[in-house]
Amino acid sequence: MAEFWTIYAWPTLWIIIKILFIVVPLLIAVAYLTYAERKVIGFMQLRMGPNVVGPFGLLQPFADGLKLMAKEAIIPTRSNRVVFLLAPMLTFTLGLIGWAVIPVADGWVLSDINVGILYLFAVSSLGVYGIIMAGWASNSIYPFLGALRSAAQMVSYEVSIGFVIVTVLLATGSLNLSDIVLAQQGLWFFIPLFPMFVIFFISGLAETNRAPFDLPEAEAELVSGYNVEYSAMAFALFFLGEYANMILMSAMTVILFLGGWLPPFDIAPFNWLPGIIWFSLKVSFVLFVFLWVRATLPRYRYDQLMRLGWKVFLPFSLLWVVVTAGAIVAFDWFPT
Amino acid sequence: MIIQALTFYLFALTAIAAGVMVISARNPVHSVLFLILAFFNSAGLFVLIGAEFIAMILVIVYVGAVAVLFLFVVMMLDINFSELREGFLQYLPIGALVGIILAAELILIFGGWVINPDAAQIIAAPSAAPSEITNTHALGRLIYTQYIYLFQASGLVLLIAMIGAIVLTLRSRPSVRRQRIAEQVSRPVEDVIEIKDVPTGSGI
Repeated sequence: MAEFWTIYAWPTLWIIIKILFIVVPLLIAVAYLTYAERKVIGFMQLRMGPNVVGPFGLLQPFADGLKLMAKEAIIPTRSNRVVFLLAPMLTFTLGLIGWAVIPVADGWVLSDINVGILYLFAVSSLGVYGIIMAGWASNSIYPFLGALRSAAQMVSYEVSIGFVIVTVLLATGSLNLSDIVLAQQGLWFFIPLFPMFVIFFISGLAETNRAPFDLPEAEAELVSGYNVEYSAMAFALFFLGEYANMILMSAMTVILFLGGWLPPFDIAPFNWLPGIIWFSLKVSFVLFVFLWVRATLPRYRYDQLMRLGWKVFLPFSLLWVVVTAGAIVAFDWFPT
Repeated sequence: MIIQALTFYLFALTAIAAGVMVISARNPVHSVLFLILAFFNSAGLFVLIGAEFIAMILVIVYVGAVAVLFLFVVMMLDINFSELREGFLQYLPIGALVGIILAAELILIFGGWVINPDAAQIIAAPSAAPSEITNTHALGRLIYTQYIYLFQASGLVLLIAMIGAIVLTLRSRPSVRRQRIAEQVSRPVEDVIEIKDVPTGSGI
Protein backbone atom coordinates (compact mmCIF):
# COMPACT_ATOMS: atom_id res chain seq x y z
CA MET A 1 0.00 0.00 0.00
CA ALA A 2 2.84 2.37 0.84
CA GLU A 3 4.26 1.59 -2.57
CA PHE A 4 0.99 2.57 -4.19
CA TRP A 5 1.21 5.99 -2.57
CA THR A 6 4.86 6.69 -3.40
CA ILE A 7 4.82 5.39 -6.96
CA TYR A 8 1.36 6.29 -8.23
CA ALA A 9 -0.73 8.50 -5.99
CA TRP A 10 1.68 11.28 -5.02
CA PRO A 11 3.16 11.84 -8.49
CA THR A 12 -0.35 11.98 -9.94
CA LEU A 13 -1.46 14.44 -7.29
CA TRP A 14 1.68 16.51 -7.84
CA ILE A 15 1.04 16.62 -11.61
CA ILE A 16 -2.57 17.71 -10.99
CA ILE A 17 -1.35 20.52 -8.73
CA LYS A 18 1.12 21.61 -11.42
CA ILE A 19 -1.63 21.53 -14.04
CA LEU A 20 -3.78 23.75 -11.82
CA PHE A 21 -0.85 26.16 -11.47
CA ILE A 22 -0.78 26.45 -15.27
CA VAL A 23 -4.49 26.41 -16.07
CA VAL A 24 -5.78 28.82 -13.42
CA PRO A 25 -3.41 31.69 -14.34
CA LEU A 26 -4.09 30.92 -17.99
CA LEU A 27 -7.85 31.26 -17.56
CA ILE A 28 -7.40 34.51 -15.64
CA ALA A 29 -5.12 35.70 -18.43
CA VAL A 30 -7.82 34.79 -20.97
CA ALA A 31 -10.41 36.74 -18.98
CA TYR A 32 -8.19 39.80 -18.85
CA LEU A 33 -7.20 39.42 -22.49
CA THR A 34 -10.85 39.97 -23.45
CA TYR A 35 -10.88 43.00 -21.16
CA ALA A 36 -7.59 44.29 -22.61
CA GLU A 37 -8.90 43.77 -26.12
CA ARG A 38 -11.96 45.91 -25.48
CA LYS A 39 -9.95 48.55 -23.63
CA VAL A 40 -7.12 48.78 -26.18
CA ILE A 41 -9.41 48.86 -29.19
CA GLY A 42 -11.64 51.32 -27.33
CA PHE A 43 -8.79 53.74 -26.75
CA MET A 44 -7.54 53.34 -30.33
CA GLN A 45 -11.03 54.26 -31.52
CA LEU A 46 -11.38 57.13 -29.02
CA ARG A 47 -13.91 55.29 -26.87
CA MET A 48 -13.72 54.39 -23.21
CA GLY A 49 -14.19 50.62 -23.45
CA PRO A 50 -15.76 48.81 -20.48
CA ASN A 51 -15.64 51.11 -17.45
CA VAL A 52 -18.77 50.42 -15.40
CA VAL A 53 -18.36 47.07 -13.65
CA GLY A 54 -15.77 47.51 -10.90
CA PRO A 55 -12.92 50.06 -10.91
CA PHE A 56 -11.98 50.86 -14.54
CA GLY A 57 -14.36 48.08 -15.55
CA LEU A 58 -11.88 45.51 -14.23
CA LEU A 59 -14.64 43.08 -13.22
CA GLN A 60 -16.23 43.16 -16.69
CA PRO A 61 -14.86 39.75 -17.82
CA PHE A 62 -16.38 38.07 -14.76
CA ALA A 63 -19.69 39.80 -15.33
CA ASP A 64 -19.62 38.52 -18.92
CA GLY A 65 -18.78 35.02 -17.76
CA LEU A 66 -21.58 35.03 -15.21
CA LYS A 67 -24.02 36.27 -17.83
CA LEU A 68 -23.06 33.50 -20.24
CA MET A 69 -23.41 30.87 -17.52
CA ALA A 70 -26.89 32.09 -16.62
CA LYS A 71 -28.15 32.00 -20.23
CA GLU A 72 -30.16 29.23 -21.74
CA ALA A 73 -28.20 26.62 -23.69
CA ILE A 74 -29.94 26.18 -27.02
CA ILE A 75 -29.33 23.15 -29.21
CA PRO A 76 -30.93 23.50 -32.65
CA THR A 77 -33.32 20.63 -33.41
CA ARG A 78 -31.83 19.89 -36.82
CA SER A 79 -28.29 19.83 -35.48
CA ASN A 80 -26.17 16.78 -34.81
CA ARG A 81 -26.26 16.90 -31.01
CA VAL A 82 -23.13 14.98 -30.08
CA VAL A 83 -20.85 16.68 -32.56
CA PHE A 84 -22.50 20.02 -31.80
CA LEU A 85 -21.57 19.75 -28.12
CA LEU A 86 -18.21 18.10 -28.79
CA ALA A 87 -16.94 21.00 -30.93
CA PRO A 88 -16.70 23.72 -28.24
CA MET A 89 -15.21 21.26 -25.75
CA LEU A 90 -12.57 20.29 -28.31
CA THR A 91 -11.68 23.92 -29.02
CA PHE A 92 -11.35 24.66 -25.32
CA THR A 93 -9.31 21.53 -24.57
CA LEU A 94 -6.94 22.18 -27.46
CA GLY A 95 -6.47 25.73 -26.22
CA LEU A 96 -5.27 24.34 -22.90
CA ILE A 97 -3.24 21.20 -23.71
CA GLY A 98 -0.60 23.08 -25.69
CA TRP A 99 0.53 24.66 -22.45
CA ALA A 100 1.81 21.31 -21.19
CA VAL A 101 5.10 21.82 -23.03
CA ILE A 102 5.56 25.61 -22.81
CA PRO A 103 8.57 26.50 -20.66
CA VAL A 104 7.55 29.72 -18.87
CA ALA A 105 10.90 30.02 -17.10
CA ASP A 106 14.10 27.99 -16.83
CA GLY A 107 12.88 24.50 -15.93
CA TRP A 108 9.30 25.64 -15.26
CA VAL A 109 7.55 23.31 -17.60
CA LEU A 110 5.02 20.56 -17.00
CA SER A 111 6.48 18.11 -19.51
CA ASP A 112 9.87 18.82 -21.07
CA ILE A 113 9.49 16.47 -24.04
CA ASN A 114 12.04 16.00 -26.83
CA VAL A 115 9.65 16.92 -29.61
CA GLY A 116 8.01 19.88 -27.87
CA ILE A 117 7.83 22.08 -30.94
CA LEU A 118 6.22 19.32 -33.01
CA TYR A 119 3.70 18.79 -30.24
CA LEU A 120 2.81 22.49 -30.31
CA PHE A 121 2.55 22.41 -34.09
CA ALA A 122 0.26 19.38 -33.88
CA VAL A 123 -1.96 21.01 -31.27
CA SER A 124 -2.25 24.25 -33.21
CA SER A 125 -3.07 22.34 -36.41
CA LEU A 126 -5.84 20.46 -34.59
CA GLY A 127 -7.60 23.72 -33.75
CA VAL A 128 -9.40 23.55 -37.08
CA TYR A 129 -11.48 20.57 -35.93
CA GLY A 130 -13.44 22.50 -33.34
CA ILE A 131 -14.46 25.01 -35.98
CA ILE A 132 -15.22 22.59 -38.80
CA MET A 133 -17.22 20.29 -36.50
CA ALA A 134 -19.20 23.23 -35.13
CA GLY A 135 -19.94 24.45 -38.64
CA TRP A 136 -21.12 21.08 -39.86
CA ALA A 137 -23.09 20.04 -36.76
CA SER A 138 -25.03 23.33 -36.65
CA ASN A 139 -26.71 22.31 -39.92
CA SER A 140 -27.01 25.92 -40.96
CA ILE A 141 -25.58 27.90 -43.86
CA TYR A 142 -23.55 30.63 -42.15
CA PRO A 143 -21.71 28.34 -39.74
CA PHE A 144 -20.97 25.92 -42.56
CA LEU A 145 -19.51 28.63 -44.79
CA GLY A 146 -17.42 29.88 -41.88
CA ALA A 147 -16.18 26.38 -41.17
CA LEU A 148 -15.18 25.73 -44.79
CA ARG A 149 -13.31 29.01 -44.98
CA SER A 150 -11.56 28.29 -41.76
CA ALA A 151 -10.52 24.78 -42.79
CA ALA A 152 -8.93 26.02 -46.02
CA GLN A 153 -7.31 28.97 -44.29
CA MET A 154 -5.78 27.06 -41.41
CA VAL A 155 -4.44 24.28 -43.61
CA SER A 156 -2.85 26.85 -45.94
CA TYR A 157 -1.08 28.83 -43.26
CA GLU A 158 0.08 25.76 -41.39
CA VAL A 159 2.39 25.01 -44.30
CA SER A 160 4.34 28.24 -43.94
CA ILE A 161 4.36 27.90 -40.14
CA GLY A 162 5.92 24.49 -40.68
CA PHE A 163 8.72 25.97 -42.77
CA VAL A 164 9.31 28.74 -40.22
CA ILE A 165 9.65 26.10 -37.53
CA VAL A 166 12.12 24.21 -39.73
CA THR A 167 14.33 27.31 -40.03
CA VAL A 168 14.33 27.80 -36.28
CA LEU A 169 15.18 24.14 -35.83
CA LEU A 170 18.07 24.49 -38.28
CA ALA A 171 19.42 27.31 -36.14
CA THR A 172 18.89 25.39 -32.90
CA GLY A 173 19.57 21.75 -33.64
CA SER A 174 16.91 20.55 -31.22
CA LEU A 175 13.15 20.13 -31.07
CA ASN A 176 13.04 20.73 -27.34
CA LEU A 177 11.50 24.09 -26.47
CA SER A 178 13.87 24.76 -23.56
CA ASP A 179 16.84 24.11 -25.85
CA ILE A 180 15.37 26.48 -28.42
CA VAL A 181 15.18 29.25 -25.81
CA LEU A 182 18.67 28.53 -24.46
CA ALA A 183 20.08 28.67 -28.01
CA GLN A 184 18.97 32.31 -28.14
CA GLN A 185 21.26 33.47 -25.35
CA GLY A 186 23.05 36.53 -26.68
CA LEU A 187 21.05 36.83 -29.89
CA TRP A 188 17.31 36.37 -30.12
CA PHE A 189 16.27 34.67 -33.32
CA PHE A 190 14.10 37.52 -34.52
CA ILE A 191 17.27 39.38 -35.55
CA PRO A 192 18.96 36.79 -37.80
CA LEU A 193 15.64 35.29 -38.93
CA PHE A 194 13.67 38.51 -39.16
CA PRO A 195 11.70 37.65 -42.36
CA MET A 196 10.63 34.36 -40.80
CA PHE A 197 9.58 36.20 -37.65
CA VAL A 198 7.26 38.40 -39.70
CA ILE A 199 5.87 35.42 -41.62
CA PHE A 200 5.33 33.49 -38.40
CA PHE A 201 3.48 36.35 -36.78
CA ILE A 202 1.19 36.89 -39.77
CA SER A 203 0.58 33.16 -40.15
CA GLY A 204 -0.18 33.08 -36.43
CA LEU A 205 -2.89 35.68 -37.00
CA ALA A 206 -4.35 33.50 -39.74
CA GLU A 207 -4.01 30.31 -37.70
CA THR A 208 -5.90 31.79 -34.74
CA ASN A 209 -8.52 33.35 -37.08
CA ARG A 210 -7.74 36.85 -35.92
CA ALA A 211 -8.24 40.10 -37.80
CA PRO A 212 -7.31 40.83 -40.57
CA PHE A 213 -7.83 37.11 -41.32
CA ASP A 214 -11.01 36.59 -39.28
CA LEU A 215 -12.95 35.39 -42.33
CA PRO A 216 -14.41 32.35 -40.54
CA GLU A 217 -16.41 34.68 -38.34
CA ALA A 218 -16.60 37.76 -40.58
CA GLU A 219 -19.55 39.39 -38.83
CA ALA A 220 -20.33 41.62 -41.78
CA GLU A 221 -21.05 38.75 -44.19
CA LEU A 222 -21.43 35.56 -42.17
CA VAL A 223 -23.21 37.06 -39.13
CA SER A 224 -20.67 35.49 -36.79
CA GLY A 225 -19.51 32.48 -38.78
CA TYR A 226 -19.17 29.07 -37.20
CA ASN A 227 -20.55 30.00 -33.77
CA VAL A 228 -23.86 31.54 -34.86
CA GLU A 229 -25.93 28.71 -33.41
CA TYR A 230 -24.13 28.54 -30.09
CA SER A 231 -25.31 30.12 -26.87
CA ALA A 232 -24.48 30.14 -23.17
CA MET A 233 -21.56 27.98 -21.98
CA ALA A 234 -20.97 26.33 -25.36
CA PHE A 235 -20.32 29.77 -26.81
CA ALA A 236 -18.22 30.69 -23.78
CA LEU A 237 -16.04 27.59 -24.34
CA PHE A 238 -15.43 28.66 -27.95
CA PHE A 239 -14.55 32.11 -26.78
CA LEU A 240 -12.19 30.90 -24.06
CA GLY A 241 -10.60 28.36 -26.41
CA GLU A 242 -9.96 30.97 -29.07
CA TYR A 243 -8.35 33.40 -26.69
CA ALA A 244 -6.31 30.63 -25.06
CA ASN A 245 -5.14 29.74 -28.57
CA MET A 246 -4.14 33.36 -29.13
CA ILE A 247 -2.05 33.33 -25.96
CA LEU A 248 -0.55 29.99 -27.00
CA MET A 249 0.40 31.37 -30.40
CA SER A 250 1.98 34.42 -28.73
CA ALA A 251 3.90 32.13 -26.38
CA MET A 252 5.12 30.18 -29.43
CA THR A 253 6.28 33.43 -31.06
CA VAL A 254 8.09 34.40 -27.86
CA ILE A 255 9.79 31.02 -27.51
CA LEU A 256 10.82 30.72 -31.16
CA PHE A 257 11.91 34.28 -31.82
CA LEU A 258 11.89 36.53 -28.76
CA GLY A 259 14.11 34.54 -26.44
CA GLY A 260 11.50 32.97 -24.17
CA TRP A 261 12.23 33.78 -20.55
CA LEU A 262 15.65 35.34 -21.26
CA PRO A 263 16.17 39.01 -20.37
CA PRO A 264 17.08 41.27 -23.32
CA PHE A 265 20.58 41.91 -21.90
CA ASP A 266 22.21 39.65 -19.37
CA ILE A 267 23.42 42.55 -17.21
CA ALA A 268 22.48 43.97 -13.82
CA PRO A 269 19.08 45.66 -13.89
CA PHE A 270 17.63 43.27 -16.47
CA ASN A 271 18.52 39.92 -14.96
CA TRP A 272 17.12 40.90 -11.55
CA LEU A 273 13.63 40.13 -12.82
CA PRO A 274 12.79 36.41 -12.77
CA GLY A 275 12.29 34.59 -16.09
CA ILE A 276 8.54 34.24 -15.71
CA ILE A 277 8.15 38.04 -15.59
CA TRP A 278 10.12 38.47 -18.81
CA PHE A 279 8.13 35.70 -20.43
CA SER A 280 4.80 37.27 -19.42
CA LEU A 281 5.94 40.72 -20.54
CA LYS A 282 6.94 39.43 -23.96
CA VAL A 283 3.72 37.45 -24.37
CA SER A 284 1.74 40.55 -23.38
CA PHE A 285 3.62 42.58 -25.95
CA VAL A 286 2.86 40.10 -28.75
CA LEU A 287 -0.79 40.00 -27.65
CA PHE A 288 -0.89 43.79 -27.73
CA VAL A 289 0.29 43.66 -31.34
CA PHE A 290 -2.51 41.15 -32.06
CA LEU A 291 -5.04 43.68 -30.73
CA TRP A 292 -3.33 46.60 -32.42
CA VAL A 293 -3.55 44.81 -35.77
CA ARG A 294 -7.24 44.16 -35.20
CA ALA A 295 -7.95 47.83 -34.49
CA THR A 296 -5.91 48.99 -37.49
CA LEU A 297 -6.38 46.76 -40.52
CA PRO A 298 -9.46 45.98 -42.60
CA ARG A 299 -10.38 42.36 -43.24
CA TYR A 300 -8.67 40.52 -46.12
CA ARG A 301 -10.68 39.35 -49.08
CA TYR A 302 -10.77 35.57 -49.30
CA ASP A 303 -8.86 35.18 -52.58
CA GLN A 304 -6.22 37.62 -51.34
CA LEU A 305 -5.86 35.55 -48.22
CA MET A 306 -5.22 32.41 -50.26
CA ARG A 307 -2.83 34.25 -52.57
CA LEU A 308 -0.83 35.54 -49.62
CA GLY A 309 -0.61 32.09 -48.08
CA TRP A 310 0.23 30.01 -51.13
CA LYS A 311 1.89 32.40 -53.57
CA VAL A 312 3.82 34.69 -51.22
CA PHE A 313 4.52 33.02 -47.89
CA LEU A 314 5.01 29.45 -49.06
CA PRO A 315 7.66 30.14 -51.76
CA PHE A 316 9.39 32.72 -49.62
CA SER A 317 9.60 30.55 -46.52
CA LEU A 318 10.78 27.62 -48.62
CA LEU A 319 13.48 29.82 -50.10
CA TRP A 320 14.49 31.04 -46.67
CA VAL A 321 14.82 27.48 -45.37
CA VAL A 322 17.27 26.81 -48.22
CA VAL A 323 19.13 30.09 -47.55
CA THR A 324 19.41 29.38 -43.84
CA ALA A 325 20.55 25.82 -44.40
CA GLY A 326 23.07 27.01 -47.02
CA ALA A 327 24.43 29.69 -44.69
CA ILE A 328 24.80 27.20 -41.86
CA VAL A 329 26.72 24.79 -44.09
CA ALA A 330 28.80 27.46 -45.84
CA PHE A 331 29.95 29.32 -42.73
CA ASP A 332 30.04 26.23 -40.53
CA TRP A 333 27.53 27.68 -38.04
CA PHE A 334 26.29 24.29 -36.95
CA PRO A 335 24.51 24.50 -33.62
CA THR A 336 26.28 22.44 -31.02
CA MET B 1 5.32 -1.20 -15.51
CA ILE B 2 1.63 -1.66 -14.93
CA ILE B 3 0.60 1.85 -16.00
CA GLN B 4 2.30 1.39 -19.37
CA ALA B 5 0.45 -1.88 -19.90
CA LEU B 6 -2.84 -0.29 -18.95
CA THR B 7 -2.30 2.65 -21.31
CA PHE B 8 -1.32 0.24 -24.06
CA TYR B 9 -4.58 -1.65 -23.69
CA LEU B 10 -6.52 1.61 -23.49
CA PHE B 11 -4.99 2.95 -26.71
CA ALA B 12 -5.15 -0.38 -28.52
CA LEU B 13 -8.76 -1.10 -27.60
CA THR B 14 -9.86 2.44 -28.46
CA ALA B 15 -8.02 2.24 -31.78
CA ILE B 16 -9.72 -1.04 -32.68
CA ALA B 17 -13.14 0.16 -31.52
CA ALA B 18 -12.71 3.37 -33.50
CA GLY B 19 -11.63 1.34 -36.52
CA VAL B 20 -14.77 -0.76 -36.29
CA MET B 21 -16.87 2.37 -35.97
CA VAL B 22 -15.23 3.84 -39.09
CA ILE B 23 -16.79 1.13 -41.23
CA SER B 24 -20.02 0.72 -39.29
CA ALA B 25 -21.05 4.31 -38.54
CA ARG B 26 -24.16 5.35 -40.46
CA ASN B 27 -23.03 8.89 -41.08
CA PRO B 28 -19.85 9.31 -43.20
CA VAL B 29 -18.83 12.40 -41.22
CA HIS B 30 -18.93 10.30 -38.05
CA SER B 31 -16.79 7.72 -39.86
CA VAL B 32 -14.12 10.34 -40.54
CA LEU B 33 -14.25 11.53 -36.93
CA PHE B 34 -13.74 7.95 -35.74
CA LEU B 35 -10.89 7.63 -38.20
CA ILE B 36 -9.28 10.64 -36.53
CA LEU B 37 -9.76 8.97 -33.14
CA ALA B 38 -8.05 5.87 -34.51
CA PHE B 39 -5.10 7.98 -35.76
CA PHE B 40 -4.80 9.54 -32.33
CA ASN B 41 -4.68 6.24 -30.57
CA SER B 42 -2.07 4.93 -32.99
CA ALA B 43 -0.01 8.03 -32.18
CA GLY B 44 -0.41 7.14 -28.52
CA LEU B 45 0.88 3.63 -29.24
CA PHE B 46 3.92 5.10 -31.01
CA VAL B 47 4.64 7.25 -27.95
CA LEU B 48 4.45 4.14 -25.78
CA ILE B 49 7.17 2.36 -27.78
CA GLY B 50 9.34 5.49 -27.56
CA ALA B 51 8.89 6.72 -31.14
CA GLU B 52 7.72 10.21 -30.19
CA PHE B 53 8.85 11.79 -33.46
CA ILE B 54 6.75 9.43 -35.57
CA ALA B 55 3.82 9.90 -33.19
CA MET B 56 3.90 13.67 -33.63
CA ILE B 57 4.35 13.42 -37.39
CA LEU B 58 1.37 11.07 -37.52
CA VAL B 59 -0.77 13.62 -35.73
CA ILE B 60 0.49 16.57 -37.79
CA VAL B 61 0.28 14.94 -41.21
CA TYR B 62 -2.71 12.62 -40.90
CA VAL B 63 -4.88 14.32 -38.32
CA GLY B 64 -3.82 17.91 -38.97
CA ALA B 65 -3.85 17.88 -42.76
CA VAL B 66 -5.10 14.73 -44.50
CA ALA B 67 -8.14 14.13 -42.30
CA VAL B 68 -9.12 17.81 -42.49
CA LEU B 69 -9.31 17.56 -46.28
CA PHE B 70 -11.14 14.26 -45.92
CA LEU B 71 -13.70 15.82 -43.63
CA PHE B 72 -13.91 18.81 -45.95
CA VAL B 73 -14.80 16.59 -48.91
CA VAL B 74 -17.18 14.31 -47.00
CA MET B 75 -19.09 17.28 -45.62
CA MET B 76 -19.44 18.82 -49.07
CA LEU B 77 -20.78 15.63 -50.63
CA ASP B 78 -24.50 15.20 -50.74
CA ILE B 79 -24.73 11.55 -49.77
CA ASN B 80 -27.86 9.48 -49.76
CA PHE B 81 -27.41 7.33 -46.66
CA SER B 82 -30.02 4.70 -47.47
CA GLU B 83 -28.50 4.12 -50.91
CA LEU B 84 -25.12 3.71 -49.26
CA ARG B 85 -26.55 1.00 -46.98
CA GLU B 86 -27.91 -0.99 -49.91
CA GLY B 87 -24.49 -1.40 -51.46
CA PHE B 88 -23.12 -2.91 -48.26
CA LEU B 89 -24.01 -6.55 -48.94
CA GLN B 90 -22.85 -6.27 -52.52
CA TYR B 91 -19.32 -5.31 -51.50
CA LEU B 92 -19.17 -7.59 -48.47
CA PRO B 93 -17.57 -10.60 -50.26
CA ILE B 94 -14.76 -8.51 -51.76
CA GLY B 95 -14.12 -6.76 -48.47
CA ALA B 96 -14.11 -10.05 -46.60
CA LEU B 97 -11.68 -11.52 -49.15
CA VAL B 98 -9.23 -8.63 -48.72
CA GLY B 99 -9.53 -8.95 -44.94
CA ILE B 100 -8.91 -12.68 -45.01
CA ILE B 101 -5.84 -12.30 -47.22
CA LEU B 102 -4.37 -9.64 -44.89
CA ALA B 103 -5.08 -11.77 -41.83
CA ALA B 104 -3.52 -14.83 -43.47
CA GLU B 105 -0.36 -12.89 -44.32
CA LEU B 106 -0.02 -11.56 -40.79
CA ILE B 107 -0.55 -15.03 -39.36
CA LEU B 108 2.11 -16.41 -41.73
CA ILE B 109 4.66 -13.80 -40.64
CA PHE B 110 4.09 -14.08 -36.91
CA GLY B 111 3.63 -17.84 -37.11
CA GLY B 112 6.99 -18.03 -38.90
CA TRP B 113 8.63 -16.21 -36.02
CA VAL B 114 7.18 -18.67 -33.56
CA ILE B 115 8.25 -21.73 -35.56
CA ASN B 116 11.71 -20.42 -36.37
CA PRO B 117 12.96 -17.95 -33.71
CA ASP B 118 16.05 -17.15 -35.82
CA ALA B 119 13.84 -15.50 -38.44
CA ALA B 120 12.83 -12.81 -35.96
CA GLN B 121 16.50 -11.92 -35.54
CA ILE B 122 17.10 -11.09 -39.19
CA ILE B 123 14.25 -8.60 -39.57
CA ALA B 124 15.43 -5.18 -40.60
CA ALA B 125 17.78 -3.73 -38.03
CA PRO B 126 19.60 -1.14 -40.13
CA SER B 127 21.60 0.28 -37.27
CA ALA B 128 22.19 -0.44 -33.64
CA ALA B 129 19.48 0.86 -31.34
CA PRO B 130 20.54 4.38 -30.40
CA SER B 131 20.89 4.91 -26.70
CA GLU B 132 22.36 8.36 -26.21
CA ILE B 133 20.63 10.31 -29.00
CA THR B 134 16.93 11.11 -29.40
CA ASN B 135 15.01 9.15 -31.98
CA THR B 136 14.63 12.29 -34.11
CA HIS B 137 18.40 12.43 -34.48
CA ALA B 138 18.55 8.68 -35.11
CA LEU B 139 15.93 8.88 -37.86
CA GLY B 140 17.65 11.86 -39.43
CA ARG B 141 21.02 10.10 -39.54
CA LEU B 142 19.48 6.99 -41.03
CA ILE B 143 17.34 8.70 -43.68
CA TYR B 144 19.83 11.33 -44.80
CA THR B 145 22.92 9.13 -44.88
CA GLN B 146 22.16 5.47 -45.39
CA TYR B 147 18.89 5.78 -47.31
CA ILE B 148 19.40 9.11 -49.03
CA TYR B 149 18.76 7.76 -52.55
CA LEU B 150 15.56 5.99 -51.58
CA PHE B 151 14.50 9.12 -49.73
CA GLN B 152 15.13 11.27 -52.79
CA ALA B 153 13.32 8.76 -55.01
CA SER B 154 10.23 8.85 -52.80
CA GLY B 155 10.41 12.64 -52.94
CA LEU B 156 10.44 12.46 -56.74
CA VAL B 157 7.41 10.15 -56.72
CA LEU B 158 5.54 12.66 -54.59
CA LEU B 159 6.62 15.52 -56.84
CA ILE B 160 5.31 13.70 -59.90
CA ALA B 161 2.04 12.93 -58.12
CA MET B 162 1.71 16.60 -57.21
CA ILE B 163 2.37 17.78 -60.76
CA GLY B 164 -0.13 15.22 -62.01
CA ALA B 165 -2.81 16.46 -59.66
CA ILE B 166 -2.20 20.05 -60.73
CA VAL B 167 -2.29 19.16 -64.43
CA LEU B 168 -5.55 17.26 -63.96
CA THR B 169 -7.35 20.04 -62.14
CA LEU B 170 -5.88 23.19 -63.65
CA ARG B 171 -7.97 24.73 -66.40
CA SER B 172 -7.48 28.22 -67.70
CA ARG B 173 -10.70 30.13 -68.06
CA PRO B 174 -10.14 33.21 -70.21
CA SER B 175 -13.56 34.63 -69.39
CA VAL B 176 -12.75 35.09 -65.72
CA ARG B 177 -11.56 38.53 -64.75
CA ARG B 178 -8.51 38.32 -62.58
CA GLN B 179 -6.91 40.73 -60.21
CA ARG B 180 -3.53 41.87 -61.52
CA ILE B 181 -1.57 42.54 -58.40
CA ALA B 182 1.51 43.93 -60.18
CA GLU B 183 -0.56 46.53 -62.04
CA GLN B 184 -2.27 47.64 -58.86
CA VAL B 185 0.94 47.88 -56.90
CA SER B 186 2.71 49.84 -59.62
CA ARG B 187 0.10 52.61 -59.72
CA PRO B 188 1.50 55.96 -58.53
CA VAL B 189 0.33 56.84 -55.02
CA GLU B 190 -1.07 60.25 -55.93
CA ASP B 191 -3.52 58.73 -58.43
CA VAL B 192 -5.02 56.42 -55.89
CA ILE B 193 -5.21 57.90 -52.44
CA GLU B 194 -5.32 61.28 -50.86
CA ILE B 195 -3.76 61.59 -47.45
CA LYS B 196 -5.49 63.98 -45.05
CA ASP B 197 -4.03 65.05 -41.75
CA VAL B 198 -6.95 64.62 -39.38
CA PRO B 199 -6.65 66.10 -35.90
CA THR B 200 -7.40 63.52 -33.21
CA GLY B 201 -10.98 63.49 -32.00
CA SER B 202 -12.51 65.83 -34.57
CA GLY B 203 -12.98 63.79 -37.74
CA ILE B 204 -13.09 65.19 -41.25
